[in-house]
Amino acid sequence: MSATLATRGLGDKLTGLFWRKPNLLLMLLLMPPLIWLGLVYLGSLAALLVQSFYSIDEFSGVVVPEFTLRTYGELFRAQNMDIILRTLMMSASVTIGCAVLAFPIAYFAARYARGPWKAAFYLGVMLPLWSSYLVKIYAWKLILAKEGIIGWAAGATGTTPILEAVLSIPGIGGNSLSTSFLGTWMVFVYVWLPYMILPMQASLERVPQSMLEASADLGASRAQTFRTVVLPLALPGVIAGSIFTFSLTMGDYIIPQIVGTSARFIGLAVYQLQGTAGNIPLAAAFAVVPIVIMVIYLMLAKRAGAFDAL
Amino acid sequence: MHSDRAGWGLKIAAFGGLLFLHLPILLIFLYAFTTEQRTYQFPPPGLTTQWFGVAWNREDIWPPMVLSLQVAAISTVLAMILGTLVAGAMARTRFFGREQISLLIILPIALPGVITGMSLRSAFAIMEIPFSVWTIVLGHATFCIVIVYNNAVARMRRLSGGIMEASADLGANTFQSFRYVLLPNLGSALLAGGMLAFALSFDEVIVTTFTAGQQSTLPIWMLNELVRPRQRPVTNVVAIVVFVVTFVPILLAYYLTRGGSETAGAGK
Repeated sequence: MSATLATRGLGDKLTGLFWRKPNLLLMLLLMPPLIWLGLVYLGSLAALLVQSFYSIDEFSGVVVPEFTLRTYGELFRAQNMDIILRTLMMSASVTIGCAVLAFPIAYFAARYARGPWKAAFYLGVMLPLWSSYLVKIYAWKLILAKEGIIGWAAGATGTTPILEAVLSIPGIGGNSLSTSFLGTWMVFVYVWLPYMILPMQASLERVPQSMLEASADLGASRAQTFRTVVLPLALPGVIAGSIFTFSLTMGDYIIPQIVGTSARFIGLAVYQLQGTAGNIPLAAAFAVVPIVIMVIYLMLAKRAGAFDAL
Repeated sequence: MHSDRAGWGLKIAAFGGLLFLHLPILLIFLYAFTTEQRTYQFPPPGLTTQWFGVAWNREDIWPPMVLSLQVAAISTVLAMILGTLVAGAMARTRFFGREQISLLIILPIALPGVITGMSLRSAFAIMEIPFSVWTIVLGHATFCIVIVYNNAVARMRRLSGGIMEASADLGANTFQSFRYVLLPNLGSALLAGGMLAFALSFDEVIVTTFTAGQQSTLPIWMLNELVRPRQRPVTNVVAIVVFVVTFVPILLAYYLTRGGSETAGAGK
């Protein structure tokens, strides 16, 4: 019998070993990625935490590697609290804007689009999601510039006074759209919109047709069905999408740098503090803020059942 | 059935929304041909193709371009290896800590980029690692793993487990089964994942600004031009290049995996 079997090489011996000890193969598969993620990623997150408990010597500008809560204390200074509150307000309003714009697209794609239209809607959302982030922002710089297409369109249609009136609103207005909070908000909404549409559409697609029919059979008008059946069932999707829009807005520092006033957001503060200011401990402490906020946000979202919609 | 037709309001809002997502990008193409180089005047006062030649001859564009391609290529290869390994482990078996590992894979892309970037920056500062191509790769490969993983694990779940057993019954060892049975079946999903990872890495700017030091990738070059514009139409030409280099792999990835429940890209 043994003559008919090929000589057993190393591969065959290992195969036998894996067969006897399936966990060994699992271990070998998991080892490299876990070492990478554990070392590079978790290690870095730990380094971030460590740095945030260091402080900087105000005279020499050198990082003092001793445990202190002073750096976190600095976050509570008025100017830093302003940055945090401004970022939260922006994240919230961007999330609302995305939800309002995304809903009709997601609803149409989930309920009415069929065949090639379905594919078109899918690609139509997917391509902007994946296409270059900087190119998208650049496009908006062109659009929002004072001499750009919006200003031109307003002039051509005689609506310049309306544009001026909007821009003169204190707080959100400015010299032109590209130097106002309103402009920053528009770019944020545009860039993160696909992240809201996808989970929304996924949860709307799971609303059974029979429930809508049952609602109609029981005498509900379309508006009533929408309000009492569709919306509550779509809510987890909205919350799932809001996780992305909220988190992405909170961490972004490119958009407010290119479009908007020079007022700082958390991301921009982190970037400037670690770069030109060389204050890595305070930058690290600032970076911990979005993590804490997102952990709270995720816990609330989990309660609302948002993870089933992902 | 009247209830199965979308109302006009919904139709307009849905298609208007889609247009809103696409029209801005077209402007990038238009402005690459404008004769006006100091403002973003609309409509362009005249059209010219000279900026493509100017961009080609600008010496400051090529090194960032090469660096970006290098980083994207290395990161993609690393992410494909690591992502496939972890997908192989996660696809079928249940084990202790499985949920935690899946969270760990998603985390680099779920947390804002500024956190990933600042974390790496803190680690480099503590360990006194100088900035190099490899510090950029370290960050990029980390968030690309999830992209490859998503594609590979979806395909593995769809494959019948029987084919690996059949291969073993016919005398193939683990490595032969991987080479001749699993890999051919996995091929297009891996390719799609790799292309998405490449696109993501080529375009990444937030993490990169923290891990690059003085080096300049193409997105960082673009960012500098956006903050302090010089020849604006040249920036548009580069933007078109970046757009195409990311757009083509995405479309290919879509066509490689379409029709399945695993269509690429759903989980950026």
